[in-house]
Amino acid sequence: MAIRRKLFASIAMLMGFIFSTVAFASDLNMRPGVTETSIEAFDLHMQVIYVMTVIAIVVFGAMFYSFIFHRKSKNPKPATWSHSTKMEIIWTAIPVLILIYLTIPAIKLLLKMEESKTDADLTIQITGIQWKWEYMYPEQNITFISSLSTPRDQIDSGSDKGENYLLEVDNELVIPAGKTVRFLVTADDVIHSWWVPDLAVKKDAIPGFINEAWTHVPEDAIGTYRGQCTELCGKDHGFMPVVVKVVSQSDFDSWVAQKNEERIAAEKAAAEAAASSWELDKLMALGEEIYNGKGACFSCHKADGSGTPPLFPALKGSQMATQADQLNDHINIVVNGKSGTAMAAYGSQLTDAELAAVITYERNAWGNDTGDAIQPSQIQAFKAGN
Amino acid sequence: MADHHPTGIKRWLFTTNHKDIGTMYLWFSFVMFIVGGSMAMVIRAELYQPGLQFVDPNTFNQMTTMHGLIMVFGAVMPSMVGLANWLIPMQIGAPDMALPRMNNWSFWILPFAFTLLLLSFTMPGGAPNFGWTFYAPLSTTYAPPSTDFFIFGVHMMGISSIMGAINVIVTVFNMRAPGMTLMKMPLFVWTWLITAFLLIMVMPVLAGAVTMMLTDRHFGTSFFDAAGGGDPVMFQHIFWFFGHPEVYIMILPAFGVVSEIIPAFSRKKLFGYASMVYATASIALLSFIVWAHHMFTVGMPVAGELFFMIATMLIAVPTGVKVFNWVATMWKGSLTFETPMLFSIAFVILFTIGGFSGVMLAMAPIDFQYHDTYFVVAHFHYVLFPGAIFGTTAAVYYWMPKWTGKKCNEKWGKWHFWLSMIFVNLTFFPMHFSGLAGMPRRIPDYNMMFAGFNELASIGAFGLGLVQILFLFIVIKTVRSGEKSEKKPWDGATGLEWDQIDTPAPYHTFDTPPKVS
Amino acid sequence: MSEQDLQQANKLLVKKLLAVVAGMFVFVYALIPLYDVFCDITGLNGKTRGKALYESVSVDDQREITIEFMTNVNRGMPWEFGSKTAKVKVHPGELNEVIFYAKNRSGEETIGQTVPSVSPGQAALYLNKTECFCFDKQVLQAGEYVDMPMKFYIDPDLPEEITHLTLSYKLYNITEAVNSATGATK
Repeated sequence: MAIRRKLFASIAMLMGFIFSTVAFASDLNMRPGVTETSIEAFDLHMQVIYVMTVIAIVVFGAMFYSFIFHRKSKNPKPATWSHSTKMEIIWTAIPVLILIYLTIPAIKLLLKMEESKTDADLTIQITGIQWKWEYMYPEQNITFISSLSTPRDQIDSGSDKGENYLLEVDNELVIPAGKTVRFLVTADDVIHSWWVPDLAVKKDAIPGFINEAWTHVPEDAIGTYRGQCTELCGKDHGFMPVVVKVVSQSDFDSWVAQKNEERIAAEKAAAEAAASSWELDKLMALGEEIYNGKGACFSCHKADGSGTPPLFPALKGSQMATQADQLNDHINIVVNGKSGTAMAAYGSQLTDAELAAVITYERNAWGNDTGDAIQPSQIQAFKAGN
Repeated sequence: MADHHPTGIKRWLFTTNHKDIGTMYLWFSFVMFIVGGSMAMVIRAELYQPGLQFVDPNTFNQMTTMHGLIMVFGAVMPSMVGLANWLIPMQIGAPDMALPRMNNWSFWILPFAFTLLLLSFTMPGGAPNFGWTFYAPLSTTYAPPSTDFFIFGVHMMGISSIMGAINVIVTVFNMRAPGMTLMKMPLFVWTWLITAFLLIMVMPVLAGAVTMMLTDRHFGTSFFDAAGGGDPVMFQHIFWFFGHPEVYIMILPAFGVVSEIIPAFSRKKLFGYASMVYATASIALLSFIVWAHHMFTVGMPVAGELFFMIATMLIAVPTGVKVFNWVATMWKGSLTFETPMLFSIAFVILFTIGGFSGVMLAMAPIDFQYHDTYFVVAHFHYVLFPGAIFGTTAAVYYWMPKWTGKKCNEKWGKWHFWLSMIFVNLTFFPMHFSGLAGMPRRIPDYNMMFAGFNELASIGAFGLGLVQILFLFIVIKTVRSGEKSEKKPWDGATGLEWDQIDTPAPYHTFDTPPKVS
Repeated sequence: MSEQDLQQANKLLVKKLLAVVAGMFVFVYALIPLYDVFCDITGLNGKTRGKALYESVSVDDQREITIEFMTNVNRGMPWEFGSKTAKVKVHPGELNEVIFYAKNRSGEETIGQTVPSVSPGQAALYLNKTECFCFDKQVLQAGEYVDMPMKFYIDPDLPEEITHLTLSYKLYNITEAVNSATGATK
């Protein structure tokens, strides 16, 4: 009997050990991340797992013991007791103590994570839009959209997938290491959520409200960290990743300067493009490229313009894309978007030439054939309110 | 005479007999379980490998939404009501439920409500696609036209649940046989009594939430729209004020079932009966003050996060007490492992594992890393499938002889059990890991780092789906041509339904109240 | 008890339970103003209060609070909207003014509504606006430009640990909502 019990106990401990080791194994475990808070969160997570493992061994151990030694064939006469106030008190008190043991570090960590910091070295406004992120650095005068850059054929047609499949974007969020960064998270339409596991930052993006989140990435943690939108936000919820590139302060400054140069260059190019006159062919070529690429129009309106009515109207044969008296409405909806729908305002996401081209494409493709060749200068005039 | 009953379609349409109504609820819930399960098969087929192979993202979102709605409102809840109908009158020595005609309406609303809900797949824009939790404004401003059908369906299901709950409370309070004091009732009746109170308190809250959605959509209100002065986060508060008690509504009756079955097969009385009653009541009371643990990332002030974290962790205490009492019931008992016992034991073990992930989720600073990932999906499927569903399955195997006079084939039952055990763990255990690795919920496609876990989960799910066919086969075969049962097929079974009623139970029982010792 | 007594008892209990059901339904709707009151008192959801008065407020020269202003235009809103000042440093208790501007770039009269949000949420309670364009809807004709002043003071009771605030405004197009509410046709 004693030998059996020892054997039993050792098997239980072995299983516990295996489980803990397995739990530690990085592939199966949460990642510790790179910030002080993410590492503390990981440590607390492991602490809880150890406690749960011990409880499991004790409770399940007792059950398995019963299955073996209290089965009818081994124990034909069952005990007749059925209550014990003492036991009830013990197994109420012990869990309470265990919970207190777990709650104290949890409270400490929560207060640390959520207390309002005094000074941010950098503030970034993050806006969730169906289905991309907009990043705005108010003090550096930078605004850009960050959308999924995984090619469609990798998703739909089974071509070989890249290492960062579904976790790569065209424009990454760049922040300097060793600095305190404040994020102001909001949304433009529905609720999204911005999450980077390695930073242990997850904050819901609520339309009409701003939420604050903080991070401080240590200087030795320069690298690229990837996350995803974590609140169901519609069709492409799974296709709006978050990519944060942490760089040195000097690299950050260079990036800021570069972004500002790009902005100035883009404004200049837009002005030049607006000044010149575009042929229909040129507009159609660029338009098709934007429709199926940067503008991602195809993702709702479909490559063949048939859409998914009623939520995503068809453009092929639609009134708005074929009637001359609706041209203004057509331009308006592309530039300003439509509130209460997934149709965002592309006026700030595309250049005037790109807008003119994509609208031209929509008015001529799929048999729409209006012959309209919208000029960038028309878009410019529309935006100025003329 | 006690067995005289009408026949044909009219019998089922107009019955006010608690046994017939219980049977209808159980079959209805099983059909819904298969329907909801088929949607799970579509989900798991798409998630079997990275890439989009079978459905487009919008259809996928419809699958996840409808899977959740149908399982919660169409499978789990009605199955519990079915058990309540069959068992409560017999267990307390009453001839029927207190309000038999309302009982009939409570049932028949459901097929109507779910037909409406399922028809939404055929509407332009498709079925609801905003998750079973239907957060605004995704479910108000940005939702498909079928949302109004969804709202109407929810109202109907709510009315059905409320009426059923009222029926249970009135029956238990007013119709117990003389001598059947509250503290002599079987624990199943207690857990259902407490569940019924939860239902009448929170189903109206759900009704209010969907009504506000309706007026936001069509009548110019702005409850959840910031532009009009509203707040999307308020929707979440209202929804989860319903939603948290709702999950206890789904599990408490299963606690009751297991509390009947384990003593029977341990040949030993339930340990700590009074404790079990108080623990269940504590869980129910606490369930009202923990709702915002579903909302830790919403931007709540620290004080709120602390309160909800501590209150949630507190629920682990009475829940733990129940687990320990079940273990103590088995300890030094005289155990045999027929199918009902196997499912009940698996319930205790696997529900406890679900409880462990629950405690982890309750801890706000680490919940930030788990929230809205597959870790949550793993948690709630553990408490719902090997929790609620195994509980109902155990109940079916245990009381089948009482209901039909036939015993389920023990060998087939054990096959059902072991295959379920293997596949339920194969399906849901890997989800803990994909969640920890960073995989969000409700996505139709994912990066390769999640592929291994998803493949395992999908294989498990396909197996689990097939096993339900086995269960269906077992039930049908038993009903039609099962081995005839003796009066007490389980020698350790106790209670009025086993001691004072024939097997199978006659159509009318306890027309005269029994003697209760 | 007799059959009749039982039926009476049942009916009574059903009525009581239905009252609970009705009560809970009323409770949900009561949650709306309750939620607002709770948020008003605690400022917890970052929503600022209505119009405040500037009376008997002492200025705290010792503290300096930095306030950043952000503006966003919702889709479907063809206006430009911004603040002329990105950031100010103020003393609690001091009345300050920041000018915002809006321009209707479209060819039609449009009605807008701005919705403020403050971060950190708790600070919303202490941001008192005596004049704000967010109190009312704004009507702009085609091409019209307007300067919109916002006057505010920070309550000196602002918790010690808060030294930075962000006030973010979101501008929504409510033309359709207003027109359908008033039954006007445009």
